[in-house]
Amino acid sequence: MSSAARTPGLGRAVRTASIAAFTLLLGFPFYWMLVTTFKRTSDLYDVSNNPFLFRQPPTLEHLRYLFRETLFVRWFGNTVLVGALVVAITLATAVPAAYSLARLAGRWGGRLSIGIFLTYLVPPTLLFIPLSRVVSALGLQDTLWALVIVYPSFTIPFSTWLLTGFFKSIPRELEDAAMVDGLTRFQAFWKLVVPVSASGILTVVIFAFTLVTQEFVYALSFVSTASRQMVGVGVPIYLVRGDVFYWGSLMAACLIASLPTAILYNLFLERFIAGFTVGAVK
Amino acid sequence: MLAPAILYVVALVGLPLFLAALYSVGDVRIGSSGWRFVGLQNFRSVVSSPGFRRALFDSFVFTVSAQALVLVGATLLALALKDSFRGRRSIRFVILLPWVAPVSLGAIGWKWILDSIYSVLSWVLVRLRLVEPFGAPMWLGEPRLAMLSVILVHAWHMLPFATVILLAGWTAIPRDIPEAAEVDGAGFFRRLFAIELPMMRPIMNVALLFGVVFTFTDMTVIYILTRGGPHDSTQVLPSLAFFTGILGSDLAAGAAISLFLVPLLGAAAVWILRAAHRAEVA
Repeated sequence: MSSAARTPGLGRAVRTASIAAFTLLLGFPFYWMLVTTFKRTSDLYDVSNNPFLFRQPPTLEHLRYLFRETLFVRWFGNTVLVGALVVAITLATAVPAAYSLARLAGRWGGRLSIGIFLTYLVPPTLLFIPLSRVVSALGLQDTLWALVIVYPSFTIPFSTWLLTGFFKSIPRELEDAAMVDGLTRFQAFWKLVVPVSASGILTVVIFAFTLVTQEFVYALSFVSTASRQMVGVGVPIYLVRGDVFYWGSLMAACLIASLPTAILYNLFLERFIAGFTVGAVK
Repeated sequence: MLAPAILYVVALVGLPLFLAALYSVGDVRIGSSGWRFVGLQNFRSVVSSPGFRRALFDSFVFTVSAQALVLVGATLLALALKDSFRGRRSIRFVILLPWVAPVSLGAIGWKWILDSIYSVLSWVLVRLRLVEPFGAPMWLGEPRLAMLSVILVHAWHMLPFATVILLAGWTAIPRDIPEAAEVDGAGFFRRLFAIELPMMRPIMNVALLFGVVFTFTDMTVIYILTRGGPHDSTQVLPSLAFFTGILGSDLAAGAAISLFLVPLLGAAAVWILRAAHRAEVA
């Protein structure tokens, strides 16, 4: 008997009402972005209008402006480029690290992997000041390379932590048998462990990428030329001209840039959450 | 195979952390090259400034209020969502949006909703006759309301994260205990408050811990909505460090301010290590 079946009518009504209320509260800004995207400017800026209704026919002008007259497409491209490079660096370092942590004998493996996870908690707002100097000492100030170099500092810890748990669930006998058959440990790892871990590795690809798209503080601090910006900073900072907000195209940009990240993230959320709850939930 | 990951993290987390400590006891500014030991002078001047004390206090107000809202909201929402129902997947997608979409873009959505003239929220309040026409509050323009707004928007952003963690915890509660209590005649609220919520304590702690860390160290919502204003009424430690260190180019003072995040992070790290140790022993 499921507990839903036992829920009395009143309980169910309360539950439905609270789900509806929370959905409205959490989803409303995105609905509002959608409405604003297609409203004519004169319709948006008429205070006597009911803002929920279209008093004039919808328009594609904001989208045209966004794609033709602004750097939005460039920012989008920058984000994809930085994301791809960060993912590559993350995989190249986190996969071998996680594998050796998972196979490290004794307690040290666990301790080291928690140690690496803890560095994920060191926030950008603590590191951005010294890093801004490191970045300029490397001659990378105001370039995307600064972000490519710096972002793995938070994607590697989290990815290593997630992958360690994943590799631990793969029986050691798999490689042992292969090594008896004459493969080296690296070959065994590459030919046997990596293929069966494909879904764990894919999770890390998605997360490293979404963490990059969500980052704000480093991009704001290290990059100062509009055309070299990431979408998450370019839209809120550079789509505003002086004190003038182009709300239609601004909201269109927010919606368009949010959705791909949200969809990708959503697909792998359970594993991400599992990374935070290891230890408290078994 | 561990070396690349560890080197990366040491170079881009460990070293900057060390540099931050070094800057805070030196005289470093953007453009200057030397470093001269000045002892605790930066800390003294930072601590004696009223702006810093206010930001320190407001950091706690911001974190405690936002997380209190998140914990209550997430518990209610998790209770509502725990059983499956038709349309749960699409509801879940909408509910997760505030967390999975880049936070800077969600915050811009709120900036439009809270606009001083075209606020849809004010329009609704006027229609409900809760405020006078043209007497609508300046959500981001009055110190108290601005603080309330950034707290609510940050809570909006963090709520889905806490909800999913609590849901993960809920599914881990052994079902036989509440069910046995039900057989013994315990009603819904009795089961909830005497059994289920106490059993959720460890996972609530996890949600709270990460929530506090991510709130106390973040400045994105505040930067987008208010830039710390009006009159520094929404300035928190991370944003003050940014304005002082990066925009004000006083790296030493900025580093000193951001180092005040360390005690809280240290406490969080100790907590995680203890939880991990318990899990290891159990």
